[in-house]
Amino acid sequence: MSATIAEPRLVLAGQWTLFWWKFRRHRVAVAGLGVILALYLVAAFAEFLAPFPPDLPNTRYTYAPPQALHLFMDGAFAPHVLGYKVQIDPVAMRRVFVENPAERIPVRFLAEGPAYDMWGLFPMRTHLIGVDRPGQPLFLLGADRLGRDLLSRVLYATRVSLSIGLVGVTISLSLGVLLGGLSGYFGGAIDTIIQRLIELVRSIPTIPLWMGMAAAVPTSWPPLRTYFIITLIISLIGWTSLAREVRGKFLVLRHEDFITAARLDGLSDLAIIYQHMVPSFLSHIIAAVTLAIPGMILAETALSFLGIGLQPPIVSWGVLLQESQNIRAVASAPWLLFAPGAAVVTAVLALNFLGDGLRDAADPYA
Amino acid sequence: MRDYIIRRILYMIPTIIAISVIAFTIIRLPPGDYLTTVIAELSASGAAVDSGTIAALRDRYGLGDPSYIQYLKWISRIVLHGDFGLSFEKNVPVNALIWDRLGATFGISILTLLFIWAFAFPIGIFSAVRKYSMGDYVVTFFGFLGLATPNFLLALVLMYVSVRYFGQSVGGLVSPEFIDTAWSWDKAIDLVAHIWLPIVVIGASGMAALIRIMRANLLDELYRPYVVTARAKGMSEFSLLLRYPVRVALNPFLSTVGWMLPTLVSGEIVVSVVLSLPTTGPMLLRALLSQDMYLAGSIILIASLMTVLGTLLSDILLAWVDPRIRYQ
Repeated sequence: MSATIAEPRLVLAGQWTLFWWKFRRHRVAVAGLGVILALYLVAAFAEFLAPFPPDLPNTRYTYAPPQALHLFMDGAFAPHVLGYKVQIDPVAMRRVFVENPAERIPVRFLAEGPAYDMWGLFPMRTHLIGVDRPGQPLFLLGADRLGRDLLSRVLYATRVSLSIGLVGVTISLSLGVLLGGLSGYFGGAIDTIIQRLIELVRSIPTIPLWMGMAAAVPTSWPPLRTYFIITLIISLIGWTSLAREVRGKFLVLRHEDFITAARLDGLSDLAIIYQHMVPSFLSHIIAAVTLAIPGMILAETALSFLGIGLQPPIVSWGVLLQESQNIRAVASAPWLLFAPGAAVVTAVLALNFLGDGLRDAADPYA
Repeated sequence: MRDYIIRRILYMIPTIIAISVIAFTIIRLPPGDYLTTVIAELSASGAAVDSGTIAALRDRYGLGDPSYIQYLKWISRIVLHGDFGLSFEKNVPVNALIWDRLGATFGISILTLLFIWAFAFPIGIFSAVRKYSMGDYVVTFFGFLGLATPNFLLALVLMYVSVRYFGQSVGGLVSPEFIDTAWSWDKAIDLVAHIWLPIVVIGASGMAALIRIMRANLLDELYRPYVVTARAKGMSEFSLLLRYPVRVALNPFLSTVGWMLPTLVSGEIVVSVVLSLPTTGPMLLRALLSQDMYLAGSIILIASLMTVLGTLLSDILLAWVDPRIRYQ
């Protein structure tokens, strides 16, 4: 305690300031925060960042491998990629693309490209990067079986996959706070029933249950409806860990002096919960929520990968991974596996690091 | 101890009933009922649909009745006769299809659990004792990576590596030439050569989680006064470690079986689709995609029940090891 006396700013600092100071010391978590912010920016501006719309086919370049981006030409800064030449592989007897050093395709910044509606509202043509003429190949992460640009598809998929995490965790959180709160605040029979319910949900293997529910979603439904129902299915099972967290906090706080004082002052249950309890465990909830999002993302990825989650034309990381479901596709076009796979791993890793840091910082007085 | 076991089994009954209701709901989820599918299939194959057959089937599955009667008919046939209904894609009883596959699923899950324990335990201890060493950082890094990689992705990457760099295809539980042969030494050796891949793939994330739990638990204990006392009395570092702090840290470790088993069964189902293992995964997926609902529902029901039973066994084991639990 002597340190706090020596440093008055520690005593005077509010809860959130302390939270931030403690969080800042956890460097991996700060890096995680940076990555997550960047990913959500990508999700927000996917249309602008992607060189092409996600479903624009280019039949000349099916399964074209990734191109290297060359930054300099003859000593001057002139970003370009090399065109493709088609050769026949004498062993496997199939077409393969090789670089064609003779054909240089300049890559323009803020180029005019295919038209799109920004956020579905503003018609625009400007892309962050693009090529001069339509039909010219620009496949920095390769192309898929219809010659669609994988980079653009991964960027658009970021929006869907990350938003499923957010929407799903919001539903889970509402359920978790409601049931966990009831359970922890009132205790007794309500607590027992809700705890049984949580144990029930946790004792069933999640994937078969998700599969059973997701498979019942008719494939003829419009994409948006499928999206919401799949999110709902995922969060219906994901709420238990959040409920446990909330219940634990309620149980601890229920017997704190300041809660007893508030109750003796005649405050209603709801007022006690919202004015006194929620602020004191909010930071814990934020940490728990951050740690719950990766589970949602992984669940959506697994379901879509199996072909019973989201359906094309929606692109999510799982939908993209579905293309590499069999080993033949993976062996001939490994970028279809590695590009979306790397996106999933990066997002989940960053969220886990961020969540760990938040959890450590959530006890600023420890 | 006896009281604890009885109470624990009584607690299980509502869970089992709830699981059967969930499984039945899933069977009924797709639009239309069992008979519509059968009639559609019969008409599609050109067979004349006999109205007597339809009436008999309708009565057998209670399709004219309200939902709860249908549920009761369904569940009592299962409980009294072990009859899980017909798989209408293959037109054979569900019973004839599922048991081998369920056995394989649980065999692999339990082997994975043993594998996780065998490795997570020493690695976790090492990681805690040599905190912030190079080895600890390596373990922590791979641990986080293991947690962040979906296991089907790991399976695909490993398959890619083995095809690309070792020129051999993996997948299945035995090589193709052994699939329909009787058990022999060669087949057993071949099985061992195949089974490690699914075990490693399914176990990766669970192992990463357990290593972190073990490390955190042990770190809580390592600097306690009783450890210092034992050290001051001149006990050797190794026997001190195993005799006191590891034993205390072991308890939360054992209690992980409860949530580990459902996770492993889940993971096994996705991974087996990728690696085409002869387990419930590919069968469940096929059944769901072709809306063969009695088959799918039965798989979900039995897989969940076996998980609950496994959890019960592990709880009893835990209570046997730790008196604090059985007197709760």
